[in-house]
Amino acid sequence: MSLLVGTRKGLFTLERGVAGWAIERVDFLGEPVTAGVVGHDGAVYAALGTGHFGSHIWRHEGDTWTEIGAPAFPERPADATDVSPMTQQPWPWTVQLLWTLENGHPDRPDELWCGTIPGGLFHSTDRGDTWSLVRSLWDMPERTQWSGGGYDFPGIHTVSVDPRNANNALIAISCGGAWITDDGGASWAPTHGMRNEYMPPGEEYNPVAQDPHRVARCAGEPDVVWNQHHNGVFRSVDGGRNWTEIHERPPAVFGFAVAAHPTNPDIAWFAPAVKDEMRVPVGGALVVSRTTDGGQSFEVLGDGLPQEHSYDLIYRHAFDVDGTGDVLAMGSTTGSLWVSEDAGDHWETVSNHLPPIHFARFT
Amino acid sequence: MPSIAFTRNLRRHVDCPNADVEGTTVAECLAAYFAAHPRVRSYVLDEQGSVRKHVVVFVGAEQLRDPARQTDPVEPTTEITVMQALSGG
Repeated sequence: MSLLVGTRKGLFTLERGVAGWAIERVDFLGEPVTAGVVGHDGAVYAALGTGHFGSHIWRHEGDTWTEIGAPAFPERPADATDVSPMTQQPWPWTVQLLWTLENGHPDRPDELWCGTIPGGLFHSTDRGDTWSLVRSLWDMPERTQWSGGGYDFPGIHTVSVDPRNANNALIAISCGGAWITDDGGASWAPTHGMRNEYMPPGEEYNPVAQDPHRVARCAGEPDVVWNQHHNGVFRSVDGGRNWTEIHERPPAVFGFAVAAHPTNPDIAWFAPAVKDEMRVPVGGALVVSRTTDGGQSFEVLGDGLPQEHSYDLIYRHAFDVDGTGDVLAMGSTTGSLWVSEDAGDHWETVSNHLPPIHFARFT
Repeated sequence: MPSIAFTRNLRRHVDCPNADVEGTTVAECLAAYFAAHPRVRSYVLDEQGSVRKHVVVFVGAEQLRDPARQTDPVEPTTEITVMQALSGG
């Protein structure tokens, strides 16, 4: 098992040695690596946001990186009327960020999904050589109601294919709610039950106005899905169609990241932070909140994590659990990386000196 | 024949040798170049055909006036230079 860590300044691959986790290789040093995944084919896919020169995807096979295709929007029609509801600026039909790369169903090993800012969902059926925009989602009238959350335009940060059904996928958007397809992406339905308390009265439950920060599915019980929302924590027991709010999650309900246990639907981990305008650990103490009873209660775990003057924020994709449910990795926007090998009870510092971490992901 | 040269910073990402190209506008010259070096296109232009926001093109000593469609005329002796704008940290 390896750990892929994508950062503001390169892609780091870590291995577990006798002495612990260590960086074994560095790729794309100096380049923002914004998303990555190990495909069902065993290849590593890395998305680069080069800043000046656009976003590109590279595939690593054997010992060679090869640039492959990358998502690109079609030509914006002259009569397009899509504008941001917040700024009234026209939606750009250009990729600004490759935000998430995900595998398709294991039965379709050549399939990949990519979510972007602005909110495009792209699909590849040839291992990333070519990509196509999922027009059914992009052309939905509701898409133009999505709004940016922290970025000028909304983005798709989560794509989760149901391991039981290759045609079922759940996506999540900041800010545009979560949507489900049951027909391989031909049509999409909104999901219900999320609540945004900052919306005007009567609009709190509008499914299109929600800001799920990150959604994680229990692979072994795929109907159970966890949702770290801007407003708090939600859980679904029907594959994300309906969400139930979990009102108490110490030390705070705000956060970005969530990891779902691979087999036990009652276990999940979160990285809480002071809400909205602050976005730092509560009291300067970095902790993980773990539930083992489906969200009825939480343990606050901080052994091995900095407990004073920590300003580490764990962003959406920088928290992962391995296939056993025992090994966790967590990376921060200030370049610290921790691993736990006992389900979060204790944490080891891997590095405090990495670039800002975009994602951490076990292979 | 006009010529195109690229910043060395782009060569870190993609093979983009300097070349002489046919064309009477910057757009024609870029199209001729991309026909021979198709991978370079998406590094310089976005998918709407505009010069990327943080890329700068000089036509001789002048900065490109029409980054959206690159209609700026060129002479047979014009040197087109593709650079990166200063940004980031």
